[in-house]
Amino acid sequence: MKPGSVAVVGAAETTKMGVIPDQSVIGLHADAALNAMADAGLKPSDIDGVATAGISPTELAWYLGIKPTYADGTSVGGCSFMLHVRHAAAAIAAGHAKTILVTHGESGKSRVGAGRFGAAPSSLAGQFEMPYGPVGPPSMFTVPVLRYLKTYGLGEEDLANVAVVQREWAAKNPRATFKDPITVDDVLNSRMIAWPFRILMCCLVTDGGGALILTSADRAKDFPTKPVYVLGTGESVETPLVSQMYDATSSTAFRISGRKAFEEAGIKHADVDHLMVYDAFAHLPLYGLEDLGFCKPGEAAAFIREGNTRPGGKLPLNTNGGGLSYMHSGMYGMYALQESVRQMRGIAPAQVPGAKISVCQGVGGMFGAAGTVIFGNERP
Amino acid sequence: MPRMLPEATPETRHFWDGCKEGELRLQRCTACSDSYFPPRPFCPKCGSRDVEAYKASGDAILWSYVINHRPRPDMGTEPYAIAVVKLAEGPTMMTNIVDCPQTPEALRLDMPLTVSFSKQSDDISLPLFAPAK
Repeated sequence: MKPGSVAVVGAAETTKMGVIPDQSVIGLHADAALNAMADAGLKPSDIDGVATAGISPTELAWYLGIKPTYADGTSVGGCSFMLHVRHAAAAIAAGHAKTILVTHGESGKSRVGAGRFGAAPSSLAGQFEMPYGPVGPPSMFTVPVLRYLKTYGLGEEDLANVAVVQREWAAKNPRATFKDPITVDDVLNSRMIAWPFRILMCCLVTDGGGALILTSADRAKDFPTKPVYVLGTGESVETPLVSQMYDATSSTAFRISGRKAFEEAGIKHADVDHLMVYDAFAHLPLYGLEDLGFCKPGEAAAFIREGNTRPGGKLPLNTNGGGLSYMHSGMYGMYALQESVRQMRGIAPAQVPGAKISVCQGVGGMFGAAGTVIFGNERP
Repeated sequence: MPRMLPEATPETRHFWDGCKEGELRLQRCTACSDSYFPPRPFCPKCGSRDVEAYKASGDAILWSYVINHRPRPDMGTEPYAIAVVKLAEGPTMMTNIVDCPQTPEALRLDMPLTVSFSKQSDDISLPLFAPAK
């Protein structure tokens, strides 16, 4: 894809966020989709491509009354939406569709119309991980981290500090679930979940959704909002088993996806004004900063400690407060994308002054997949 | 509540039969001699189908872990460690650490471990690991 040839022209989250017992999963998808269409000044009949995860694109299209020429049901966990954006950009460039809707909705907290989480006993996870007692992501996604900490001489306080800094950003976001300041001691004294992870190092569990609408950059100028251009994208998948990561101290999928996106966008790290790294748990921003090449291996904790990612720092990171403080419905990638788009439009509650390039990194499964989207607000 | 147990597939049957017989069976490629896990009927490094199962040493080191505090009714022994061990032959494997206090003080990364099979049913014994004597 030529950098900047496709743009986001509609972006919105669900009307409500947090605990939404009166809307089902499909209802949250539709609410976000209708909000994004309103943002772009479009009707369902104007959409000719659909992409979603969690539910099928068939359900989404039919529920909204869309008869598409393009459907993408890529479902690799929380970064699926980054992959949807990537595939949509390619599809628009190829002429498969002109106006593509990407949606997310999840009743993570209230579980209204939601499926069950679990692996069949004959699957790889069912045979080689589940028998040993994991209780969902908090005791699986976190398993490699002690090896990372030992390799680089880091400790629990380095994980805690990630949560502290993100809470500073959350305080500036009216829609963030948690806004009160916290200290490293608060984090280290919070309830134990899976040592060394305490509850304040783990993401929220909430309800919500979001949607994006993409079209060609040539058409984008005719829409009511400031176009946000897709400069470069990447994706990769690694393993369905966290115990089988190629390297416990680094996400191979992040490295492949990030490198591809930077190459495609033709930018350098110094060009990046704003960064989102999907933070299901406090170690994700550390891996993300290193695997995307913003820090050398083992140096991300010090980079955060020195204030580089906090408000006023040189690389504002997770400016909505992240999955740790803003919201996390289960597949958080959509909210990271929404915040990148807000920052590029210049309308984020914690706006980074003059930001022109935003990198948005997603993770899927437990280090199972990765997706990267680099946005810009100027067409190259 | 009985513990959540694996269901073998044709590709993994030799591994679970080995556990039942007190053997940790890995596979290796006869072309490139790479040892790998979990089981599959080809080498994930070079793609060759010329692979063989063999009895591994059962020696490993503690590679990484968490100590889970959340309830899991079929375990019922919280807090317990969910560990990844690095086998002497190279591959990593998720498991539990037995005969050892489930504390950060007792569970030291890189400590030597030995496999120990825990019978769960007529068909399934789980490969767990204990501190090496």
